[in-house]
Amino acid sequence: MIVADKKPVEEIIEFVKDNKKILILGCNECVTVCEAGGKKEVGVLASTLRMYFLNQGKEAKIDEITLERQCDHEYLEEIRDVADEYDAIVSLACGVGVQFMAEKYHSVPIYPGVNTCFLGATEERGLWTERCQACGNCMLGITGGICPVSRCAKRILNGPCGGSSKGKCEINKDLDCAWQLIIDRLKALDRLDDYEKICPIKDWSTDRAGGPRKVVREDVQI
Amino acid sequence: MRLTYPTSIKIVLVPCTGKVDVIHILRAFEKGADGVCVIGCMEGECHFKSGNFRARKHVEQAQKILETIGIGGGRAQMYNLSAGDGPLFAEYAQDIHDKIMELGPNPIKLKKHKAA
Repeated sequence: MIVADKKPVEEIIEFVKDNKKILILGCNECVTVCEAGGKKEVGVLASTLRMYFLNQGKEAKIDEITLERQCDHEYLEEIRDVADEYDAIVSLACGVGVQFMAEKYHSVPIYPGVNTCFLGATEERGLWTERCQACGNCMLGITGGICPVSRCAKRILNGPCGGSSKGKCEINKDLDCAWQLIIDRLKALDRLDDYEKICPIKDWSTDRAGGPRKVVREDVQI
Repeated sequence: MRLTYPTSIKIVLVPCTGKVDVIHILRAFEKGADGVCVIGCMEGECHFKSGNFRARKHVEQAQKILETIGIGGGRAQMYNLSAGDGPLFAEYAQDIHDKIMELGPNPIKLKKHKAA
């Protein structure tokens, strides 16, 4: 899922301090799971802003809506009739949701309420770690299901490098060396022969290096 | 025991302090409460294992928010005591009462009244 973190409330206040009608728009998907932009966080932010404006002696109407998703037309259409009523919308969705909102609703400024961080997994409540960099050319099949692109600090494809020590990465002693994990996993699978194969130069044109990407699937297009 | 505690305190019963979320604390202030005091079981003695630890974190989050928006983080407090410790409850109640009296009324309440 997309992992996001809360934006400091001071930053959000700075965005909206001069507005009188504000919509706090949550998203029921990834940001709900990582507890940054779901219905609960919408409630907390709305309450915070209401108290801030009251304390400043200003009048402001703060409304709360949480959509099923903010990265799909059909769900964003649900606020078509009300969006224009607001002076500002704070979207607690990931960067995708914020941008999709801004593309769809031109007359209202859309502000981000979270910092979008990475594609990751929930290791435990309150701990999310990166697992994928969406390079567009998945090589997990030959690395025992452990991604050197997202989990190796150098993104090297034939590792480990000389900075691997006792299974940890040189950049941080708490960080596992991805290539040590790959070797351990291949060993457990009795597939160490795969490790001996030299991985050729990766086609990075499917990564961000090739500019903004798109996926076109004619088979599912109507 | 016939103990007394300040009449300014309104008790809200919850099944476990772990149920008290940040939004509950903020809503109380939004509605004009001068202070919120969460009193949980002793640390390590939660029937649900970690409810009181969770509550403490929620109180700390609420304190940060209240501090940021100029209402005062000290208005939200967390205490721990045993369910059978009446005298300590009365002591804590007096303590939070004194702290809030020192801080004065919730500024939001004052401004709401002014606006009305």
